[in-house]
Amino acid sequence: MTANTTALAPVADGGEGMREVAALAEEHSRGGISNPVLGMILFIASEIMFFGGLFAAYFSVRSQSPVWPPPGSVHFDLRADIMIPATLTAVLITSSVTCQLAIWAIRRGDRTAMLRALAVTLALGTLFLAGQLYDYSQLGFGVNDGPFGSTFYTLTGFHGAHVFAGVVMLAVILYRGMAGQFSAKHHDAVEATSLYWHFVDVVWICLFTTLYLLV
Amino acid sequence: MATTVLTPTASRARSGLYDWLTTTDHKKIGILYLGNSMLFFLIGGLLALGVRGELAQPGLQYMNESTYNQLFTMHGSVMLFLFVIPMLAGFGNYVVPLMIGAPDMAFPRINALSFWMLPLAGTIMILGFFLGGTAAEGWTSYSPIAQSKYSPGVGTDLWIVGLILIGTSSILGAINFLVTIFKMRAPGMTMFRLPILVWTILVTSMLVVLGTPVLTSALIMLFIDRNYGGSFFDPANGGNAVLWQNVFWFYSHPAVYIMVLPAMGIVSEILPVFSRKPLFGYKAFIFATAAIGALGFSVWAHHMFTTGSVYLPFFSFMTFLIAVPTGVKMFNWIATMWGGKIQFSSAMLFAVGFLTMFLIGGINGAFSASVPVDFAIHDTYWIVAHIHYVLFGGSVFAVFAGVYYWFPKMFGVKLSETLGKIQFVIMFVGFNLTFFPMHELGLMGMPRRIADYSPTAGWNDMNVAATVGSILIGASVLPFLWNVFISLRSGERVGDDPWEANTLEWATTSPPPPYNFDRLPEIRSERPLFDQRHGLAGRGVGH
Repeated sequence: MTANTTALAPVADGGEGMREVAALAEEHSRGGISNPVLGMILFIASEIMFFGGLFAAYFSVRSQSPVWPPPGSVHFDLRADIMIPATLTAVLITSSVTCQLAIWAIRRGDRTAMLRALAVTLALGTLFLAGQLYDYSQLGFGVNDGPFGSTFYTLTGFHGAHVFAGVVMLAVILYRGMAGQFSAKHHDAVEATSLYWHFVDVVWICLFTTLYLLV
Repeated sequence: MATTVLTPTASRARSGLYDWLTTTDHKKIGILYLGNSMLFFLIGGLLALGVRGELAQPGLQYMNESTYNQLFTMHGSVMLFLFVIPMLAGFGNYVVPLMIGAPDMAFPRINALSFWMLPLAGTIMILGFFLGGTAAEGWTSYSPIAQSKYSPGVGTDLWIVGLILIGTSSILGAINFLVTIFKMRAPGMTMFRLPILVWTILVTSMLVVLGTPVLTSALIMLFIDRNYGGSFFDPANGGNAVLWQNVFWFYSHPAVYIMVLPAMGIVSEILPVFSRKPLFGYKAFIFATAAIGALGFSVWAHHMFTTGSVYLPFFSFMTFLIAVPTGVKMFNWIATMWGGKIQFSSAMLFAVGFLTMFLIGGINGAFSASVPVDFAIHDTYWIVAHIHYVLFGGSVFAVFAGVYYWFPKMFGVKLSETLGKIQFVIMFVGFNLTFFPMHELGLMGMPRRIADYSPTAGWNDMNVAATVGSILIGASVLPFLWNVFISLRSGERVGDDPWEANTLEWATTSPPPPYNFDRLPEIRSERPLFDQRHGLAGRGVGH
């Protein structure tokens, strides 16, 4: 007789049945990371490969250019105005710290501290996006300004899109947290969101180093 | 004591349309994948008939070059991205949770999303035919011909958008498979007791997660080039045409293993059942699959030998190396059948067809691994022969084998064996008549992707033969469609395990209840059902 006689009651309603399935899976799943967290790790792996393609294009284009930045625009010298991107870097790194504070808080069961930290993280993320848009307006070159413009805007633009997605995720878990939904034992969505947010930060650090420092 | 009987709720005669549109049940989603993919198989087939119709004789009889270019471009794109890959994902969706004793996939709603992105993406791509022309620069979409200057119009942009959707669907599905396989196996189902099909889906999913996003990045860069004045790939603007080839093939080479590994998994399930013998070398299959997956990321530039930008010795060597784990599998399949009591059901016929035809495709591919040979046959019909022997003789035959094998589990009725054998014979003959002459055509120098050719080149007879073969392939689909239709209406009803098979999907009703299992057999090997039938004395080799 197997120990695996399923206690699932057959139900016609897919939603109810799946909640029972999910509960059972949670109780019976092997130790270690939860399904949503593993799913997020794999998703981040795919996102790393996506940015990998873009970085490969950047390095390929740059290595074939006799001079980098190429002639064609004085605005290509990004280091002339590095204050804004440097500030954005500090903002994003700080937001990763506050995000991790939120994680530590909810792992202790302290939902209030988690909400405070998440709110700060969300604010900093929004500040990053606003700052990035402002920086774009001051740059003086566009996506159609040769390979330099194409690679710069594609890389930073898709990073910005990912920050936006992260901001949305943070807003969702902040909302759910305010509605009383997370606890020390059940906060997979918060863990998954924080992993994504840290990933977004790491990508920015790579971007900032590559585009602004490796000149 | 509970037995596997359908619950009252699951015994509804036919689920309503609303149920099918909103389902998150992996079994229904799997069937949706299979049905949608077969529809695109038919569309891709019609496009092929258009290509072969024009090529039968020298001169342009039915269309101009521009239309011809759209036909072969969309034939390739539809067959690869809307038929083969989703069809295999559909089998995975239906069978994997059952094989591991799980009640569903890890993320059922994302599973549904993954499916519904496909008909949307297919519609977007094909819409080009009605909006001034589809993409027409080959499924490989090289620059500069793919740039807006040489491919104006929305066709290529629709192709890009559709493909990005399909890639996203694939990636989400792969994440679903991986979490399901790692985290939702029934007690006793260790990794080294997983059926080979589950292992091939696992490795394929790793390839999708790591490879497909690179294609997404390439497509986005091309879209920016075409629509926003980007300069990634257009040499006229300071871009690099070979960059496209590198980024594209970095995905598209692993893609061919995405297209063949699950097919090999299907064959690995069917051969033991119809040879009445265990799979030979279970662990070797696992390591060979992993090796093919890993090596698959190291050979992409063998599609670019003639560009002059490739480190030839490395890529040639790695390409030859991939033949080794593939050969291991081939020998193990043969050893599985050797000394067995072979039953030539339709599923088995297609599985053996896979072995023989994929062997030919693998051998003619090895020719291209040699750089000097490739310099002569690159972009000729030799390559067309190779790709179709591995994709049609390989993947498509395995797909039909899987259809005949799992149809009874999905629908509770068997497909007619007589019609299956008729389909197999006509398809097998038609397939070889179409593609075998292409070896000679390639060696004689006939290039790919040409709408017309000189009447004095000596290529006429073989093109006629290929066209006749393609008509036979088309004809062979008819008994199959008729088979599906009449079997669903009045086919021979079956119980849990019509084939006396080995794996867990046969330990529940046909079709299974929504939650899959009332009870699971004890899992002590990779053949739990076999063990249950024969007691522990029949314990399989896994541990």
